[in-house]
Amino acid sequence: MTDKARSTKLACRNVWKVFGEGAERAFAKPVQRSLEARLAALRDGGHVPAVADVSFDVAEGECLVIMGLSGSGKSTLVRCLSRLVEPTSGEVIFEGRDLMRLSRRELTEVRRHKMGMVFQAFGLLPHLTVLENVAFPLQVQGVGEAERRKRALEMVGLVGLAGREDAYPRQLSGGQQQRVGIARSLAVGPDLWFLDEPFSALDPLIRKQMQDEFLRLQRTLRKTIVFITHDFLEALKIADRVVIMRDGRVVQIGRPADLVLNPADEYVARFVADVPLLRVITAGDVEEPVGGACAAHGGVSRSTPIEALLARLADVAAVPITEDGALVGQVTSAGVMKAVAAASARADRGWTVERA
Amino acid sequence: MSVLDIGRGEAAPMRLRLEPAAVVWICVALLILWCETAGGGVAALHAFPKAWTLPIATWIGDAVAALIGPTQGFFRQITAALTLPLSALQAVLGGAPWVITTAVAVLLAFRAKGARLAAFTAAVAAYVLVGGYWAPTMNTLAAVALATPIAVLIGFGLGVIGYRHAAARHGILVLLDLMQTVPTFAYLIPILVLFGFGPVVGIIASAIYAIGPMANNTMLGLAQVPLAVREAGEMSGCTRRQLFWRVEFPSARSQLLVGVNQTVMAVFAMVIIAAVIGGADDIGFRVLQTMRQAQFGQGLLSGLVIALLAIVIDRTTAGFAAASRAPVRRLSSRTLTVIACALAALYVAAWLQPALDAFPTEWTYSPAEALNRWLLAFVARFGDVMIAIKNSAIFFLMLPLRIGLIKAVSPFGWGFTLTPAMIAGYWAVATIAAGAALLFGGRWRAAFAILGVAWMLFLGTTGVAWPGFVAVVAALAWQVGGARLGAFALAAMAFIAFSGSWGDAMQSLYLCALAVVICVAVGGALGVWAAENDHVSACLRPVLDTLQTIPQFVLLIPVLMLFQVGEFTALIAIVMYAIVPPIRYVEHGVRNVSPEVVEASRQMGCSRLQILRHVKLPMALPSIMLGLNQTILAALSMLAIAALVGTQGLAQAIYVALSKADVGKGLVAGLSIALIAMLSDRMLKAWSRRAQEALGS
Ligand SMILES: Nc1ncnc2c1ncn2[C@@H]1O[C@H](COP(=O)(O)OP(=O)(O)OP(=O)(O)O)[C@@H](O)[C@H]1O
Ligand SMILES: [Mg+2]
Repeated sequence: MTDKARSTKLACRNVWKVFGEGAERAFAKPVQRSLEARLAALRDGGHVPAVADVSFDVAEGECLVIMGLSGSGKSTLVRCLSRLVEPTSGEVIFEGRDLMRLSRRELTEVRRHKMGMVFQAFGLLPHLTVLENVAFPLQVQGVGEAERRKRALEMVGLVGLAGREDAYPRQLSGGQQQRVGIARSLAVGPDLWFLDEPFSALDPLIRKQMQDEFLRLQRTLRKTIVFITHDFLEALKIADRVVIMRDGRVVQIGRPADLVLNPADEYVARFVADVPLLRVITAGDVEEPVGGACAAHGGVSRSTPIEALLARLADVAAVPITEDGALVGQVTSAGVMKAVAAASARADRGWTVERA
Repeated sequence: MSVLDIGRGEAAPMRLRLEPAAVVWICVALLILWCETAGGGVAALHAFPKAWTLPIATWIGDAVAALIGPTQGFFRQITAALTLPLSALQAVLGGAPWVITTAVAVLLAFRAKGARLAAFTAAVAAYVLVGGYWAPTMNTLAAVALATPIAVLIGFGLGVIGYRHAAARHGILVLLDLMQTVPTFAYLIPILVLFGFGPVVGIIASAIYAIGPMANNTMLGLAQVPLAVREAGEMSGCTRRQLFWRVEFPSARSQLLVGVNQTVMAVFAMVIIAAVIGGADDIGFRVLQTMRQAQFGQGLLSGLVIALLAIVIDRTTAGFAAASRAPVRRLSSRTLTVIACALAALYVAAWLQPALDAFPTEWTYSPAEALNRWLLAFVARFGDVMIAIKNSAIFFLMLPLRIGLIKAVSPFGWGFTLTPAMIAGYWAVATIAAGAALLFGGRWRAAFAILGVAWMLFLGTTGVAWPGFVAVVAALAWQVGGARLGAFALAAMAFIAFSGSWGDAMQSLYLCALAVVICVAVGGALGVWAAENDHVSACLRPVLDTLQTIPQFVLLIPVLMLFQVGEFTALIAIVMYAIVPPIRYVEHGVRNVSPEVVEASRQMGCSRLQILRHVKLPMALPSIMLGLNQTILAALSMLAIAALVGTQGLAQAIYVALSKADVGKGLVAGLSIALIAMLSDRMLKAWSRRAQEALGS
């Protein structure tokens, strides 16, 4: 797959964030114990290990989604990645440089040119108009008035707010405010884009509309994205890979289909329980070796969702999978049935029984 | 062990168990009983023994004197440095044509709040001009104009430091707390000693006094900037300075402007009060002078100037603060040009026509003499009624509370003397009431409260044994706020007693307590009424706004006119000022009871009164207690001002110390009042918190 060819844009190594008074000292105590024991000791001491020993890579142009229940440390993790929150320990490597080692000055430069962030609570400046808000990151860099205005107008148009440039944030609806937040985060043309539950505060209909627009934007911009949500359906739509967090720790990282078909534990299984299975799994997930003679004619790619093949599978026994025109495998109705049955059996019997 | 527990658990309901708090109160009651009976002959139990007091006032005086020696030059230099801008401001404001000044004020009012305030401002200007108060008014405004920026800048700086550094915040909060509770006259004294006499000193005092609201609002405003806004600023690549000036400062703007509004009002109130020490011909001095000469007509007229000015300044600055919450409407350059041209034209007109420059004296008209005559006639006509009201309040309300029924009931006031049988009857009734509360309701707290009130009424605040009083307050503090608050109560009372202020404190306490009781009873009833009736609420609001806006000092004038100098006058003045919070908080609390709960109880068939009694009032309790807290603080601060019309106790001690520039005595008495205020504040807040928790929110 092409993923391997892409270079790593952002990586974090053993990142910890412990909240509470004297957290540094409590964390620095020498330990040879397991992660569990260490977490328990921190919690007993009245500290909050919001992020515990998290490591992963994000490839250039990838969209990585972080999920987890409320309080599982998603926001804190993302703030560690941008150093809005100072990690207690660990490395964050962005384009080959350890962010932890940057001076405040250098960090400001990185933020000015390479990073953008969208916030759940919008974070718009109440005293500035839409246009001024979008131009704000350029203004603090010292970009000239005309250039700033041109760029901001472009961004405002990009998110579909043309005509509302002179409105103030309080005069906008939630969806419009978040569009401003998105435009602002894109104004400097960042390589790395953080979004912390950008659509959670919006109504379901607006949320759907915003998701579609986000996808449209991403198709043209191709940014490297770290996106937080606790809506798995949202993750499904946009994610290349999903990180599931629980109590500050990463429980599982994988493609959405991996999580559905092979959840690492009950927590993940419950997360993905209500997912429309056929929309998630792809031809590649239920691929079988080609048995007898099967024509490559009408082949589909591995990433085709099964949902799209249902009509064909109702008529024929197998649909061929091709890669670069060559036949590599097939999807059969029986194979699909097996995957569905396994997943629903797991849901019926309950995860713990299955494990035992 | 578990077997034993079960055995105990089963036996427990059979026995009457005493809560630890009840045990404490029984001990307190026994202590009081011992003090008042067996120890009754020991004088040391009643008046705090003089021999035990420490010369704290002298120490403070010496310490300040030692401090002043080397630093006075520095402080005097500040005084000198401020003299120039003050005279410049006075020259500008006093010299500018009145048409220009008035036009600018009206324009500002219009911009802040629209045509109605502009019209009101024009009317006020007309009153000031025609009444002949223009010159002193301009002097007062010059003082305000000089003191406000100083207070705003220092307060803002302190607020920023407090917001940035958690370590400094604690110290700043304590400082602000002290500045809010130490009575104004008390810290005028060290300022006087440090900076010398004269109008500039009043300005310095006002500026220092007004730092508090600005610092508080700065901290509040900055802390209220949403985290997302700050993070968005950081992610936009702001440097620290950009983050502060471009993100945090503008986001906190409305709150900062609220701070400016409160600061201006504090400066204004203090500039008026500073007339007591300063000799400038400003409007506060005019009022004070007329009060001293008992020219009530003039007093009323010039007091009205202060009240009206306060309203204009308050509404204008508050208008700007409120407008800043809405998107800014910038004035177009054309409008600005028109305004500038109009002002220039006015200036030329004033230059050509002197009547527009200096308001001609022939045009002024003062109804002071007529008012005086009318007032005299009024007093002559209703004097008997006034005296009757005053005397009955003194004999039946104030004296019993101060010196106790045992001394107050005399043939002179009451027409008879207390016989031993009456005393026995009094205590029998109290005991039976307490016993009934205990036996039939099981309310031991109520029983103790009844006995306590009976004790206070019988001996009066100045008559009760001090160890008993100390024990009651400490036990109360311990019960509502835990060991720390109990310790604070003991320390505060120790300071008051050992500094030799115990007697004064009890004198002040009775006046304040009485005022607070009246305020809560009358104000609470009005508040409930206003909450239930929109018309009442609408009628009360402007009255309350006015009472709260005008400087406390002005309230003294009408009361003084009707009742002459004395504690009764002070009482009424305190009540007038301190009645605002109970009305406001009770109305707010009762109105904001969740509509679902009210609806549910109506559905269950509660009558309106039942809803009020069983639903609304209990649920409004936390808010009501905060109102009580504000009432006490207001009463204490007014007490200090009311010393001007003759009171006894701490406030008078401060006033006397002020006239002698005695820093030690003044600060000791001032700190005593501050400690009483802080103690009651902490206790009521703790109590309110408990009530809130009990309501589960
Ligand atoms: N500044 C802080 N000080 C102390 N504890 C904090 C702080 N910020 C977060 N926490 C704690 O860290 C944990 C993780 O918080 P975080 O905000 O990262 O969760 P989240 O996964 O983003 O939750 P949500 O979905 O509700 O946004 C929580 O237990 C929270 O209480
Ligand atoms: Mg979050």
